[in-house]
Amino acid sequence: MTNTLIFILAGAFSTATPLLLAAMGELVAEKSGVINLSIEGMMALGAAIAFMIAYQSGSHALGFLGGGLASVALSLIFSTLVLVLNANQVASGLAVGILGLGLSAFLARSFESLTIISLEKLDIPILTALPLIGPVAFHQDVVVYLGLGLAVALASFMSKTRGGLILRVVGEDPHIAHSLGFKVLRTRFLAISFGAAMAGLAGAYASTVLTPLWSDGMIIGRGWIALALVVFGTWRVFRILLGAYMFGLALLADLAVQSLGIRIPSQLLTSAPYVMTIIVLTVVSKDALRIKLNAPISLGENYKPSK
Amino acid sequence: MTDIPAQSLLELRGITKRYGAFVANDAINLIINPGEIHAILGENGAGKSTLMKTIYGVHMPDEGQILWKGAEVRMESPGMARALGIGMVFQHFSLFETVTVAENISLTVPAPLADLEEKIRAKGDEFGLQVNPKALVHGLSVGERQRVEIIRSLLQDPALLILDEPTSVLPPSSVEQLFQTLRKLPERGVSILYISHKLDEIRALCHRATVLRMGKVAGTADPRTATSSELARLMIGRDIPHPVHPPSRADGEVRLLVQGLSQQNPDPYGVDLKDVSLEVRAGEIVGIAGVSGNGQSILTRLLSGEEVLSGAQADHIQMLGNPVGHLNAEHRRRIGLAFVPEDRLGRGTAPPMSLSENSLLTAHRSGMVKHGFISRQKRDVFTDTCIETMDVRTRGRHSLASSLSGGNLQKFIVGREMMLSPRVLIVSQPTWGIDVGAAAMVRQKLIDLRDQGTAILVISEELEELFEISDRLVVMFDGKISDPVNSRDTNAEEIGQMMIGHFGATRGEAA
Amino acid sequence: MSVWPFEIVARTERSSRMLFVVPVLTVVLTVICATIMFTVTGNDAGTALYSIFVEPFLDAYGISEVLIKASPLIIIAQGLAIGFRARVWNIGAEGQLTIGAIFASLIPIYWVDQPFSLMLPSMIVAAGLGGVAWAAIAALLRTRFNASEIIVTLMLNQIAAQVLLYVINGPLKDPRGFSFPQSVSFPPEALYPLIVEGGLLRVNYSIILTLALSAVAWVFVAHSFSGYRLHVGGVAPAAARYAGFSANRAVWLSLLIGGACAGLAGVGEIAGPIGRLQPILSPGYGFAAIIVAFLGALTPIGIVLAGFFMAVIYVGTDGAVLSAGIPSSAPMVLQGLILVFYLMAYTLVNYQLRRKPGRMRA
Repeated sequence: MTNTLIFILAGAFSTATPLLLAAMGELVAEKSGVINLSIEGMMALGAAIAFMIAYQSGSHALGFLGGGLASVALSLIFSTLVLVLNANQVASGLAVGILGLGLSAFLARSFESLTIISLEKLDIPILTALPLIGPVAFHQDVVVYLGLGLAVALASFMSKTRGGLILRVVGEDPHIAHSLGFKVLRTRFLAISFGAAMAGLAGAYASTVLTPLWSDGMIIGRGWIALALVVFGTWRVFRILLGAYMFGLALLADLAVQSLGIRIPSQLLTSAPYVMTIIVLTVVSKDALRIKLNAPISLGENYKPSK
Repeated sequence: MTDIPAQSLLELRGITKRYGAFVANDAINLIINPGEIHAILGENGAGKSTLMKTIYGVHMPDEGQILWKGAEVRMESPGMARALGIGMVFQHFSLFETVTVAENISLTVPAPLADLEEKIRAKGDEFGLQVNPKALVHGLSVGERQRVEIIRSLLQDPALLILDEPTSVLPPSSVEQLFQTLRKLPERGVSILYISHKLDEIRALCHRATVLRMGKVAGTADPRTATSSELARLMIGRDIPHPVHPPSRADGEVRLLVQGLSQQNPDPYGVDLKDVSLEVRAGEIVGIAGVSGNGQSILTRLLSGEEVLSGAQADHIQMLGNPVGHLNAEHRRRIGLAFVPEDRLGRGTAPPMSLSENSLLTAHRSGMVKHGFISRQKRDVFTDTCIETMDVRTRGRHSLASSLSGGNLQKFIVGREMMLSPRVLIVSQPTWGIDVGAAAMVRQKLIDLRDQGTAILVISEELEELFEISDRLVVMFDGKISDPVNSRDTNAEEIGQMMIGHFGATRGEAA
Repeated sequence: MSVWPFEIVARTERSSRMLFVVPVLTVVLTVICATIMFTVTGNDAGTALYSIFVEPFLDAYGISEVLIKASPLIIIAQGLAIGFRARVWNIGAEGQLTIGAIFASLIPIYWVDQPFSLMLPSMIVAAGLGGVAWAAIAALLRTRFNASEIIVTLMLNQIAAQVLLYVINGPLKDPRGFSFPQSVSFPPEALYPLIVEGGLLRVNYSIILTLALSAVAWVFVAHSFSGYRLHVGGVAPAAARYAGFSANRAVWLSLLIGGACAGLAGVGEIAGPIGRLQPILSPGYGFAAIIVAFLGALTPIGIVLAGFFMAVIYVGTDGAVLSAGIPSSAPMVLQGLILVFYLMAYTLVNYQLRRKPGRMRA
C-alpha cells in the first residue's frame, strides 16, 4: 500500500514534467498575446524527432535538442501565418497542429513500437535515503529537476526582468507597446518560438524518458492538457507548476484507483483536470478585473502595425 | 518673467502641415520662452493636435522650421523629441494596467526598480504628485494615472512639457491640485505648453495664450488680462448665419425627453454625464453645440440605445411619453426612433456588406422581412430609392459600403434613416468631413423632415451648421447641458462663451 | 531596419476573382507538396496522386465511401461556419458529436428488443439535442461569465471522450459483449437505410439528410434575417450594436446550431457504418470539419464542395496506401498542409503584396 502510494506520488513528477514544460512554453506565447493551439502537434513532432535521434545516436541530450529544434521549425509556419499574414490564430494553430501530428507519424513511421532505454533516476546522497520523501522527491531523472529549475527561472524572468516586463506589456496592449517603441511582432515571434521549443522538449521527454518508445498518437491529448494548465494556473508559473503535478496525478488515475481500491470510474479522474479548468476559467472570467489581471488582454488578437 | 528672454526655448516658423488637400496647420508661428506656461486655445479641428504632434516628432511638417534653443532641428521621432528635452502627456495615457507604476515608468526610463521607486517618490514629493510606485496601474484613478504620466515625463528632465487637455479627465477637485504642481514647474526650468479649450483654466494658469482657428494663428493674448469675450471671439472669429427657414411651431408635442440623466462614462477617459435634461418637440430641430469630448458621445449612445440604463432608471429617457432608457436600439426604433451615428463605417454601416445589405440593418422593419426571411425585392427597391433620392454616387446597390466616399455613405445613411419616417431622429455630426454640396443637401433634407413633423436632435461641432438648421440650441460642456437658447436670438459670442464653460445662470452650472 | 522590400496592404475592395483563386491555389500547392513528399519517401508520386484524386471516382464503391466520409464533414462544417461567420469559435464539434451519439444510442440500447419504426427519427432528434446540450454549456459560460468559448469547447471535447469511455465501460456496455468496451449492435430500425440495398456499398441516407440540411443552411445564410444578424455581428460588431442585434443571442444561436449539426454527424456514424457505440466514433471529423468550413470560405455551397474534396483525400489516401504504398500517416499531413496553404492563400483575398513605397533601391 505505502509502496504503491510512493510509486504514484513519485510517478506524478514524471508524468507532470511534459505537461509543465509544454504549459510553460504556452504561457510565454499567451503572455505575448498569441494563443497557440498547435502544442499537441508540436509535442508529437518533438517526440518523434527526439525518439529517432535518441534511437540512432543513443544520446538523450541530442534527442532533446533535435525535438526542440524540430518544433521550432514547425512553429515558423505558425508565426508566418499569424504574425506576417495576419491569419486567424485559432485556425492557424489547429492547422499547424494537425500538420505536426501528421508529420510525426509520417517521419517516424519506421520506428513504430521500437523502444530505447530511459534516463536513469538520480541517487542523491542522504536525500534519496530519506523515508517517504526521499523516493518520492529525490529519486527522479535529471529532466524533472531541470523542469522545476526552469519554472523558477521563468517565474523570475517574468516578474523581475525587463524582458519579462516587455513580454507582459506586449500581451496587454500591443498598440501602446508599439507607441513606446517596443517591437511587438519580434517579441511575439520570440515568444512563439520559445513556446514551440518547450513543446518539443516536452514531447522529447514523453517519448524518450517517460515511456521510452515511439508509437503514433502517443501524445494522447497531453498538448490540450498543457493548454488547459495555463488557464487553470491563471497564467502564473507556480500555479501552473502545482497544476501540472495535480494533472500528472490525474493521468495516473487508473493506477491510483486500482491500487487504493476505490471504486470510482477512472474516467472521472481523467476528466477532472478539464472540468477544473472550465471552473477556474469561469470564475476568473466572471470578474472583468480578475481576467484583466490574469489573462493577457490581447490574447488571440493579431497586431497589425498601422505604419 | 515678463521681459523677453534673450533666447526662446522653442520657436516655430511658418509650420504648415497638409493632409491631402486639407491644410491642418497653415504657416504657424509660435514662440515659447523658458519658464513660460503657454496656452494653445482653439475649437475642435483648429489644428491643435496636429501642431503638438509636429512639435513632439510624431510627424514632420511639410513646410517651416522648428528651432530648439535657437538652433534649427528636424524633429524626426518622439524619441528624438524626448532626447532634446520635450515631454508630452497625451489625453489618452500610455500606461499598462497590469503592471506597477514603477514598472511602467521603467519601460521608458530604464533603471533598477528600487532606484526608480525612490526617484518616483522624490519627484512626487517635490511636485505634489503623490503616487505609490508599487501600486498596479489598474487600481489607480484617472487623476493618479495622470500623475504617473507627468512623473514619467519629469524623470526625463524635460525643458518643455506638453499637456493635451489634461483636465478633461479630472474631477474638479483634482484640477486645483494639478495646477499647483504645474505652477512649480517653471521655477525649476520647465516650460509648459498647455492645450485646452477651457477658458477658466487658461486664465488661472497660463502666462500667454495663442489662439488657433482653422489651422491658422488667430491671435495671441495675455489670458490674465484678456476678457472671455475677447478670447471667445478669437476662437470662433466669424459671423454666424441665422436660420433662413421659417421658425418651428412652438406647440409641438414633446417627442424626446431627457430628465436628470446622470451616468458614469464606461470609457475611463470619458466625461461623466451630470444631470442632463433636454426636450425635443415634434417639428423642431434642437442642436447640441460644444467641443467634442464633453460627454456628447456617451449621451448619443444612451439616446440611441447602444448603451442602456437599468430598468429603475428607464424614465430618465422618454420617447413619445414612454420610458425607453432600458430598451435596446431595436426596441427604441420600433417606437419611432432613427439615428445617424458619427461613425459611418463600422457603426452606421457594415463595411464589407453591400448597400442593399446595409439597408436591412435598420430598415428591415419596413416590410423587408417576412416570416423571418428577407424579401430581396423590397430591400432592393428601398435601396434604389434611397440611392436615387439622396443622389448617392455609387455604381449601384451592390457596391460595398467600404467602397463609398464618406460623403456618399453619409447621404446613404441619412437617406435610409429618413425613409423610415421616424418620429424622433437623432443625428450626430451630420456633415463631418463631407463636401459642401453633400452637406447642404443633408441639411436641407433635415429641415424638410422637420417640416413634416419629426422631432430632430442634431449633435454637431460645427457652429455654423447648428445655427443654420436649429430652432433651439443647447451647449454641452463637461458632461452638463445648458438651458436652451433660441438660435435666432443668440450670437456666436454667447455660444462661444458657453462652449468654454460659461453657462451663466443656467441649470447646468447650478447642478 | 527592414530589408524586406514588400509590404502587405489591405485591399480596398473584395476581389471576387480571388474567391476562386484561393481554393485552386490551395489545391495546387498541396499537390506540389504531396508530390515532393511521396518522391522523398520513394513512392511513385504519379501512382499515389492517381490513387488519391482519381481512383475514388472510378467505381461505385469509391464514390460510396467518399459520400460516407463527406456526410459528417459537411454537416459539421455547415454548423460551425454559421458560428464562425459570427466570430463565435466553436472548436468543440468533436465533443458535441460524441455526446450527440451517446444521446441517440440510448434509444436503440434501451429498446434493443422492441425496435419501433420511428426509432431512427427519434435518434436523430436525440442526437441533435445531445449536441445542443453539450454546446449550451459553452454558450452559457460565455454569455453569463464571459468565459472563452474556444477553451471551454476544447475542454469539453476531452470530457466528452471520457464520458463516452465511461458509458461504454459501464451503463451502456453490451452485457454479452465479453470485455469489449462497446454497446450492443443496434437493430436495423436504428440504422440509416442503405441507398443501394444488398450490395457492398455502405452509403446510406445520411448523405441525403446532410445535403438537405446544407440547402437549409444556404437558405439560412443567404435568405434569413437571423442569418443576416449573425453575419453583421461577426463583420461589424459596432453596427450590430447600433442596429440593436443582441450579441448574446448570436453566441447562443451559433453554438446551438453548431452543436446540433455535430450531434447529427454523431448519429450518422453510430446509425451508419459503425452500428453501435464504441470508443472511437470519429477519426477527428470535428477538427477536420473546421478545415472544411474554412476551405469552403464559410459559405454553404463552398462547404459542400470542400467536404467532398476532403472526403476524397480520406478515401483516396487510404487507397494510395495500398496501391502506391504511401505511409498511412500521409492523409493527416495533407490535411494540415491544406489548411496551412488555404490560410496563406486567403491572405490574397484580403491583402495584397506590394512593393514598399519610397524604397527604390533593391
